[in-house]
Amino acid sequence: MNVSIDDIQKEIIEDFSIFDNWDDKYAYIIECGKKLKPLAPEYKTETNLVRGCQSQVWLHAEHKDGVVNFYADSDAIIVKGLISLLVRVLSGHTAEHVVKSDLYFIDKIGMQSHLSMTRSSGLSSMLKTMKVKALLFLEQEKAN
Amino acid sequence: MGKTIQTLEHNLDIAEIRRQFPVLHQQVNDKPLVYLDNAATTQKPLAVIDAIKNYYQKDNANIHRGIHTLAERATADFEKTRDAVKAFIGAEHREEIIFTKGTTEGINLVAQTWGRAYLKEGDEILISGMEHHSNMVPWQMIAQEKKAIIKIIPINDAGELLMDEYEKLLNSRTKLVAVVHASNTLGSINPVKQIIQLAHRHGAIVLIDGAQSTSHLDITVSDWSADFFVFSGHKVYGPTGVGILYGKRALLEAMPPYQGGGEMIGEVRYDGFTWNELPYKFEAGTPNIADVIALKSALDFISVLGKQNIRTYENSLLQYACAKLKSLEGIRFIGTANDKVSILSFVFNDIHHQDLGIILDKEGIAIRTGHHCTQPLMGRLRITGTSRASFAVYNTMEEIDRLEAGLKKAIKLFR
Ligand SMILES: Cc1ncc(COP(=O)(O)O)c(C=O)c1O
Repeated sequence: MNVSIDDIQKEIIEDFSIFDNWDDKYAYIIECGKKLKPLAPEYKTETNLVRGCQSQVWLHAEHKDGVVNFYADSDAIIVKGLISLLVRVLSGHTAEHVVKSDLYFIDKIGMQSHLSMTRSSGLSSMLKTMKVKALLFLEQEKAN
Repeated sequence: MGKTIQTLEHNLDIAEIRRQFPVLHQQVNDKPLVYLDNAATTQKPLAVIDAIKNYYQKDNANIHRGIHTLAERATADFEKTRDAVKAFIGAEHREEIIFTKGTTEGINLVAQTWGRAYLKEGDEILISGMEHHSNMVPWQMIAQEKKAIIKIIPINDAGELLMDEYEKLLNSRTKLVAVVHASNTLGSINPVKQIIQLAHRHGAIVLIDGAQSTSHLDITVSDWSADFFVFSGHKVYGPTGVGILYGKRALLEAMPPYQGGGEMIGEVRYDGFTWNELPYKFEAGTPNIADVIALKSALDFISVLGKQNIRTYENSLLQYACAKLKSLEGIRFIGTANDKVSILSFVFNDIHHQDLGIILDKEGIAIRTGHHCTQPLMGRLRITGTSRASFAVYNTMEEIDRLEAGLKKAIKLFR
């Protein structure tokens, strides 16, 4: 993987720059949500459940060949679309890069309000959980 | 909900009423705001906003203790609200009106004072299957402490209490029945007078949660013989942070105080204290003076319009909304009781309520989505949440058209 977290964020910002109204933007996010591969049932566990008040979000992470990969799902489609973007940005990088990442693209594509809606969308707990999982991988790596 | 179609005239000038609510006149996401989250909290008329401003600009003083002019003015206005509430809910004595922070605090007060003094192991508390968490958790807390038992009065699929089952649950161990007057999730209106009569036959007392009924329905606590009645100021066009606990005088007299502090005492010595008389015994510390005073303006606002007019008009909004939304493909109404306040909950089996809420917000339309603090009810109905539109007297048919259009747009996006 040579594409950096930064590169992918720029790509997404570029993708979103063509939308000049919210309808198209949300239609695109919903499309992303529909395209996200459903999480296999065995990963939809209580431990993979990210606490949000209204919608349920499941997050599964794997650490293989020095990189972290994320798999996620939600019962609400807009949240699912947004997490598909997070998955796209943060998958395939080293645990260290994930932990240190600064996700400015959410702000740049005008979705920051979903981050602050902590209790209802669970998106910010999702982001936090992704970093925590990466941090655990990083510590395992160091311990080995 | 067929039978309640009202043909009566409501005699209300809705455009004029809307002018009294400054918050309604704004753009949200570049669209005129449509506020349909009135069951969560109602907006405030100018009279309420002005009362708060006036108090702080002209009268601010601590009440009951001062002998100066400002303190007397503030005390008089504060106590005027007590009289206004007494009349508004049909109570007999002003001492029966206790100021609280809101419905939740009123219920906790009863659970922690009456409950602590009178509940014993094996006693039974009946609550309904449609209670707000605020009318469950305080009972669960005291029941756990006292080893009392909580039993649930079941409901049918339309969201109506099963009165036969209720009767069967009543027995000599039943000490308290705590029931919501109108459900915040379903809109169902429960037959409180009958509920109270039946409970009294078995020697049980009754608390009615009036959070969702007080702005819509006639409240006559004394005629019902309710033992306790609670509601929140912020759901009756009044300020947040103020609520009412009504309790029958004899019960309140017999109950120990809730919190200790200033105002609630008669005499304090190093080795003890005596209680103040009602209602002050339950009002420890400096109360929320400004908001209590402004609550009177809110009740006056309702009284001037007339509860019957409000009910008739809100009913027509509800009927109109039902008729409009009914034709949306895949919609299912949650809560189809015969007798309802103006609350309309619905689900689509293929669209998550959170998604609907987000798109409607983009359209400038505020509704509520989620479990509405009634998680056990969601379980009973086998759903995880609903979308809820709730109407107040300032809402219009045009706003319901906007809701319908917003939902159509959302459906197109999601399907
Ligand atoms: C039926 C019912 N009971 C109790 C409450 C709690 O009211 P408050 O939060 O004002 O104390 C609410 C508020 O949503 C309600 O709808």
